[in-house]
Amino acid sequence: MPGGIWVIGQAAAGGGLARLSSEVATLARALGEAGGVPVSGVVVAAEPAALAAELAGFVPRVLAVTEPALAASAGATVVAQRVAALARTNAPNLILTGADPDGRDIAGVLAALLGWPVLANALNATWGPVGPRVEISVFGGKQFSTSEFTAGRGVITVRPNAVQAVAQTPAGSVEAVQIADHLALPGVRVVGRIHEQHGGAAVEDARIVVAGGRGIGGPDGVTLLEHLAEALGGAVGATRAAVDAGWIDYPKQIGQTGKIVKPALYLALGISGAIQHKVGMQTAETIVAVNRDADAPIAEFADLMVVGDLFEVGPAILDELRTRRG
Amino acid sequence: MRIVVLTKPVPDPAAAEHLGPDGRVDRTGGNVINGNDEYALEAALKLVETHGGEVTVVAMSPETGRDVLRKALAMGATRGVLITDPALAGADWLSTIRVLAAAVREMEFDLLLVGVDTSDGGAGLVPAGLAALLGLPYLSNAATIEPVDAGVRVNRITATGFETLESATPAVIGGTQALGAPRYPTLKGIMGARSKEVAVRTLGDLGLDPATVGGAAAGTRVVDLRRPPERGQAKMVRGPAADVAREVVEFLAARGFI
Repeated sequence: MPGGIWVIGQAAAGGGLARLSSEVATLARALGEAGGVPVSGVVVAAEPAALAAELAGFVPRVLAVTEPALAASAGATVVAQRVAALARTNAPNLILTGADPDGRDIAGVLAALLGWPVLANALNATWGPVGPRVEISVFGGKQFSTSEFTAGRGVITVRPNAVQAVAQTPAGSVEAVQIADHLALPGVRVVGRIHEQHGGAAVEDARIVVAGGRGIGGPDGVTLLEHLAEALGGAVGATRAAVDAGWIDYPKQIGQTGKIVKPALYLALGISGAIQHKVGMQTAETIVAVNRDADAPIAEFADLMVVGDLFEVGPAILDELRTRRG
Repeated sequence: MRIVVLTKPVPDPAAAEHLGPDGRVDRTGGNVINGNDEYALEAALKLVETHGGEVTVVAMSPETGRDVLRKALAMGATRGVLITDPALAGADWLSTIRVLAAAVREMEFDLLLVGVDTSDGGAGLVPAGLAALLGLPYLSNAATIEPVDAGVRVNRITATGFETLESATPAVIGGTQALGAPRYPTLKGIMGARSKEVAVRTLGDLGLDPATVGGAAAGTRVVDLRRPPERGQAKMVRGPAADVAREVVEFLAARGFI
């Protein structure tokens, strides 16, 4: 189907389709409808059937590629090579992935193999005169740009929470596809997996983030964050100061050398709002801060700022949440 | 062990303005080493301290990027390579990885370390793209890097912990802050850096046609650039904890979070 839009279905860490992939698929479908362009999903996995069926809940057609090499090797490079091979014969114009670590790895290898340009970290995309117009936040939200491909062809990576996933009815069809090509790029073996005890929800996917900074002071503060995150159905995040202090793991760090998040709600406890942290979270829709210092920089970009001790206000918020829910 | 590290000069993230009116990154001001590249550099320096070898730092930038290479040399890198050419202004991602790949192909190395993303572009696609162009294994999101028999082992950060990856070398590795805090240059290091070599490579030196890379060949263009709408000043809440907690929860409920 030449000229189509493809979305790559990625697996979630715990199995099943990544929520981000359903969001990306929803955006692809909207673009396809606006541009009058066919939309397909592509799933490459050792056993792609279940993932492909899930993705077909969001797009009219899914190509399912069985790839035995994925059972024991790092996936992104293998997936990218298979999608590149399919793209050479089917000639889509646009391929979309998530802008999470796995999606970035796939997109980088894929675009390099195809020799295509990339628009990365899309917050939205609409259909313009020469194809998609992609909205991107740059420098951590200090500026927004709208960009397009000069030749109407390219790879787009899409930020988590940029669009809300909407399923379609009826579900699309799934076609099994065989690719016999040799995998040209050298493989990377997965020789072990380490599961963190306190993994928790991935902070970049979460709709609600409860984050702590230097002001949380230690393990008691972390426990408070975890209780609030649980009560609100969110994930715990941290500033670099809280990570450097050893209170919270680096994968939860938000900011310049950590994750960039766009949750619906960002609850910031003991966070001053230094620029290195701000660039990771300022595109949150609603920001609520609790800080003892009324002059902390976060007051300049929070929607609601509680001036007070987080160890008094935090537990009181927990009590109030529990009271409301009976 | 021969290690190449890409150290991208980026505008100081603490500064206010970064995009020029043409939608391109303003690279005329003061630059720093991109954060995740600096962690990768630190990991490289530690590896050669333990296992022997040398570290070459590479930057693609205007002439102003030389300061960033000097800092990397002062931290302990062996030599620097500055890829600079007026035609590179406005280079898109694809051009960037093609130019970097051409420069790196001239070098002999076991590991090519690159920060997983940058604070200015932030696309996070350069290491993966480079690995594909170079035809090398790619080990991303590294928290640790260690040499093993006939190759390299990396603990890669995942959503639920780590996965341990192994590949043959040479290999491309995407580095993160988890690799460890970068050292400060010592006075001795700063003095020593003055006599270290910084080689300059132009597109001509790399055998690349300016019509095929750089601004002239960009596959993307910016059609609009704007500042985000200002958030109003925060609504400030003070008072007894129980009262402010009620106000916070009512605020959250009004916005549909509860």
